[in-house]
Amino acid sequence: MLRAVFLFPLLCLALLSAPFSAHAVMEIQVVGGAANQIALAMLPFQVAPGQPSPKLEQIAGDDLKRSGQFNLIDVGGAQSPADLAQVDPGVWRGKGAEALVVGQVVAAPNGRFEVRFRLLDAIKQTQLAGYSFTISAGQWRATAHQIADIIYEKLTGTRGAFGSRIAYVQKQGKRFELKVADADGQNPRTVVRSGEPLISPVFSPDGSNLAYVSFEDKKPVVYVQSLRDGGRRKVAAFKGSNSAPAWTPDGKRLAVVLTRDEASQIYLINADGSGLTRLTRGGNIDTEPVFSPDGQTVYFTSDRGGSPQIYRVAASGGDPKRLTFSGSYNVSPAISPDGRFLAYIGREDGRFRVMLHELANGQTRVLTDSARDESPSFAPNGQAVLYATVQGGQGVLGTVSLDGKTRARLSESGVDAREPAWGP
Amino acid sequence: MNKLFLPALLALILSACSSTGDTPATVEDRTGSMTSSGQAAGDGKPAGGTETTGLGDAGVKGSALDGSGSYAGDPRKDPASPLSKRSIYFDFDSFVVKDEFRPALEAHAAYLLSKRDAKVVLQGNTDERGSREYNLALGQKRAEAVRKVLVVLGVSDGQLEAVSFGEEKPRNEADTEEAFAENRRVDVVYADE
Repeated sequence: MLRAVFLFPLLCLALLSAPFSAHAVMEIQVVGGAANQIALAMLPFQVAPGQPSPKLEQIAGDDLKRSGQFNLIDVGGAQSPADLAQVDPGVWRGKGAEALVVGQVVAAPNGRFEVRFRLLDAIKQTQLAGYSFTISAGQWRATAHQIADIIYEKLTGTRGAFGSRIAYVQKQGKRFELKVADADGQNPRTVVRSGEPLISPVFSPDGSNLAYVSFEDKKPVVYVQSLRDGGRRKVAAFKGSNSAPAWTPDGKRLAVVLTRDEASQIYLINADGSGLTRLTRGGNIDTEPVFSPDGQTVYFTSDRGGSPQIYRVAASGGDPKRLTFSGSYNVSPAISPDGRFLAYIGREDGRFRVMLHELANGQTRVLTDSARDESPSFAPNGQAVLYATVQGGQGVLGTVSLDGKTRARLSESGVDAREPAWGP
Repeated sequence: MNKLFLPALLALILSACSSTGDTPATVEDRTGSMTSSGQAAGDGKPAGGTETTGLGDAGVKGSALDGSGSYAGDPRKDPASPLSKRSIYFDFDSFVVKDEFRPALEAHAAYLLSKRDAKVVLQGNTDERGSREYNLALGQKRAEAVRKVLVVLGVSDGQLEAVSFGEEKPRNEADTEEAFAENRRVDVVYADE
């Protein structure tokens, strides 16, 4: 709980020096009819006079809206009551709410705060959840995301992912910064700064490390860096290029792409850089490996058929099987946490868009309506895909729900963001 | 201070006078680790990487221009030599080394055969369209194609390393076909330069 706050003690320095940009207005775009949305009334949390007013209900409300599964009804200036037990859910049922959230913030000893909230079923008039958090002033956003996760899980039956983190690369002029932010794109912290490109960040399964590719040695080299203390090591720095890291689900090994023997091929290596074994063979390009959740299968991009397509191969080796057949450019596979879906980037009519392919039946649909999409990755709960695209000539990050109907832009304007990865 | 400063200044002036436009040194500075110095000057920001590396290169060039008419310096930097040609350009989605780059690669092969301790890095690049990792692999394929030509010409594999920058280091950042063509290339970079 509130793990993100404790993971970065040494990054506080970076945080202090980072330009703390104002909170951007998040853009949420709903495409087509969003059926079956849950009507939710979130009453502003009551805050005692003179206390900080962190707008927890707004942070949590934006989280829920971004999922596309909630319709936040206008509460018309209503506030949470001083006594949370005093609220009458029936009133809100009359205003169209199926569920109601009330909360308050009170001062606690030692400069801390207590945040209390209750989630009520407006129709059955019962309490679905009630929590109290005692937090420090640096934990407002983390607490709001946790409240959103609780609401999401109680009302949809699926665990929330609003308390998770994302990593991405920001380019400013010719400087590159690898950043870790909350899942809503806020609270960014820089973990690597470089005058040379950084690409392909990916969280270890437990979220404690990032693997990424840095060009600081005049060629691509794979690093693994601890998010706790910022310490890092070269995991793959062989002759030629080293890139495209992907963690095994147990976090002990990585798939990497090396050119030490011939054209880009996939290898497995221990997270400490030992125990190199080769997975794919042939003089073609094999790259962008990613493991199935059970670790038994590796999905990857290959041009062995004449154009880049997605293939899969047993993690123990063997003959790869082709998965994508439509179009001449299908790249960057990502696998949902339940192993059911493959997201990738497909080119059609010169547009690169996020595609979703159901592995059981091969059904494929286009999730986005942009033209320069890259780097899809699934939310830890599998309910959304994070990707990079280009808007107004600049790289931006966005999320899209699995039905393609709800898209949200995460990053602020004026920031060239790319290479996103969603972590735990 | 003056003693240190004057030769560097002289070198700068000399190199500025003699500039033939797109010299190979410029290419390497853009792709090498010295990017920070050039960029710091361009941005006007006091970046930490603003060392004197750029002046050092200029000094080498300045001394090389002393002999009037004849080129007395490093043959790789003689603008009249095919060795000064350091970029091999490719067609869209192609890895074929075109015939027009044959003379330059033959000259580099001859130089590498004559200097067995010389080493080159072949840096593959692509245009910006598509996946970054796939483009990294495409750039590698181009660098490998150039490496194979040099090996066929007799160069020892130990003198060569093929790497890729993919789409990460465009020479021309414009979003045009001309820029894309300029970015689809392999740069020949000597380790001692």
